[in-house]
Amino acid sequence: MHPIILNNIGKFYKKYSHRHKFLTIKSALVNKTIFSDLKSDEKFEALREISFKVEKGKTVSIIGENGSGKSTLLKILAGITKPTSGEIITRGRISALIELGAGFHPEISGRENIFINGIILGLSKKKIQEKFEKIVQFSELEEFINTPVKTYSSGMYMRLGFSIAINVDPDILLIDEVLAVGDAFFVPKCIEKIYEFKRSGKTIIFVSHDLATVEKISDEVIWLRNGQIEMRGYPQKVVDAYMQYIGQKEENQKEQKQEETTENRWGSKEIEISEVNILDKSGKEKYIFQPDEPLNIEFKVICKKKEKDFVFGLAIFNTEGSLCYGSNTHLESFKASSIEGNEQVRVKIPALHLVNGTYLLDLAVHKKDGFPFDYHHFRYKFKVTSNQKDLGITRIPHQWEFSGGIKIKPPGSLSK
Amino acid sequence: MLRKLKELSKYRQLILILISRELKARYRGTVFGFLWSFLNPLLLMIVYSVVFGIIMPARWPQFEGKTLYYSVFLFTGILPWTWFSSSMLESSNVLIIYGNLIKKIKFPIEALPIMVVVTNMVHFALGLPLLILFYIVFAKSLSSWVLFLPVAIFIQFIFTMGFSFFISALTVHFRDIKDILSNLLTLWFFATPIIYPFDSPHVLGRGWIKILLWLNPMTHIIEAYQYSFYYGSLPHWKKLSVTIFVGLLLFYFGYKIFDRLRDTFVEEV
Repeated sequence: MHPIILNNIGKFYKKYSHRHKFLTIKSALVNKTIFSDLKSDEKFEALREISFKVEKGKTVSIIGENGSGKSTLLKILAGITKPTSGEIITRGRISALIELGAGFHPEISGRENIFINGIILGLSKKKIQEKFEKIVQFSELEEFINTPVKTYSSGMYMRLGFSIAINVDPDILLIDEVLAVGDAFFVPKCIEKIYEFKRSGKTIIFVSHDLATVEKISDEVIWLRNGQIEMRGYPQKVVDAYMQYIGQKEENQKEQKQEETTENRWGSKEIEISEVNILDKSGKEKYIFQPDEPLNIEFKVICKKKEKDFVFGLAIFNTEGSLCYGSNTHLESFKASSIEGNEQVRVKIPALHLVNGTYLLDLAVHKKDGFPFDYHHFRYKFKVTSNQKDLGITRIPHQWEFSGGIKIKPPGSLSK
Repeated sequence: MLRKLKELSKYRQLILILISRELKARYRGTVFGFLWSFLNPLLLMIVYSVVFGIIMPARWPQFEGKTLYYSVFLFTGILPWTWFSSSMLESSNVLIIYGNLIKKIKFPIEALPIMVVVTNMVHFALGLPLLILFYIVFAKSLSSWVLFLPVAIFIQFIFTMGFSFFISALTVHFRDIKDILSNLLTLWFFATPIIYPFDSPHVLGRGWIKILLWLNPMTHIIEAYQYSFYYGSLPHWKKLSVTIFVGLLLFYFGYKIFDRLRDTFVEEV
């Protein structure tokens, strides 16, 4: 028995033009065309041909850019809105954490709001009474529970909302990006609670932009793009593909910008650097790399008149502006003798050994004394991502060894 | 439809808590608190008493020349009218004000117009003891026709509820209704025998006014209050029966339209 079955779901949103609307009030009353006038002239397709099943006890994450249909899909799952076409079957009580504290009334106390919100979410009064202590305790709002909700900070508001929603005790939990507003202490607590749900065999649908959490928490990831399922499968595979896509998109936007500007570039241009590409080992352009993955930098060099004194250099910076690594052919004791015409240079890096982050690349060709022919500053970008969350600048290769008295398990082994 | 209404009874607790929340929040922070429930119609009564009882006194035989009688007659009509007109005005807003709830939580949306009408009915009910007190202290004694009151309340509830479903659903799509409604209600107030008795020569003497008032269901509903309290008789039971029928019809179609437009609320509010 699948608790969630979606069959060919489609969702149109109607768009009404203003003129059209202005006419309706008259025509609707005169011609009794109220219902036909409520049909709009323009339609926006938010979801198309969405079909999937979720097995009991599984956690499925939905990722995608803004406007890709994630929230619409979640609203359909929650039963807030109906699909225009297709069929949806859900089994069991659903609790949707779409907006925390959506039903709060600012003028009345937290205590009363717990009852009201609980009942709106489908709990009985008796059930809320039973769970009241637990809700208050989890929200850490014991002191403020009798003051009006309007005096709460946004964090307190969220805490109360989350505590109520989580205590509805659903079979299916829908979570929409609600954890983004929480503070550093409460969010881990919420995530721990979500894990607890997972362990107790509940089905969870998780919508988030926090890809690290998505990868950790889910059994399956669905990537939505323009209202359609672009890809679904193992978390790491889908998240990687999605990040690759986002990177590519950033890259394209950056390239467009670069054509318009010569910003961050200077030099006398006797020797010119052009067509810079960051490639993977097979020669394909790439933006996101694993820390132990090979990376090649390729660029064309154009030299109209023969030059004898030239040095090629590169530098990698992190986004804080710290130099992670820099070197050039002179420092590495290459002896330059001559360059002319259209040539090509390739820098091969067998493994980056950098920690997660975005990196900026400087490339330059200059004279030994530093006189620049062509200097490209911060004009190229790549990203390093991995499951490891180590810190610093460079990932120094290392191994841990423990003597027999220390009970510690290596990563990847099953923990109980 | 009956099945849907039955389903709604499952959400009794929700509707009740929405009403109590509305009542609690309404006068929170005010000095007089729930007293405002009858201070509002009371003040309106005083204004009309001064204008039409003292400044330009009308010589209607019903009031035997006593301003106090006129005041009590006024209050008899103003109290139920306030229930009706406040319900209408709030209905035109309620789905938009609670848009956040509609968009973020799955719950029976008809609970909102029901909440509006019942909340205003509670305010009305709080004013009733005051009305009865007026009759005991200032006016002639009450007859046993007062027992007819629950029937009048029931008819008004059905009529108001149907209209409320209709207004709340349509305002989501035609926001103009809100403005039209506030003007219409002023007109409607004067087209209902509240500040004047229906059985006055000025009304009965002019055919078109009489017909206009006849066609207005609120005329017969307000008259039901006036007869059971002020006159102590019920001569217009035939017209009232038609009003019940009209009220049920309005309730049926109001709910139908509401139900039909239900799925559009999430996107439009």
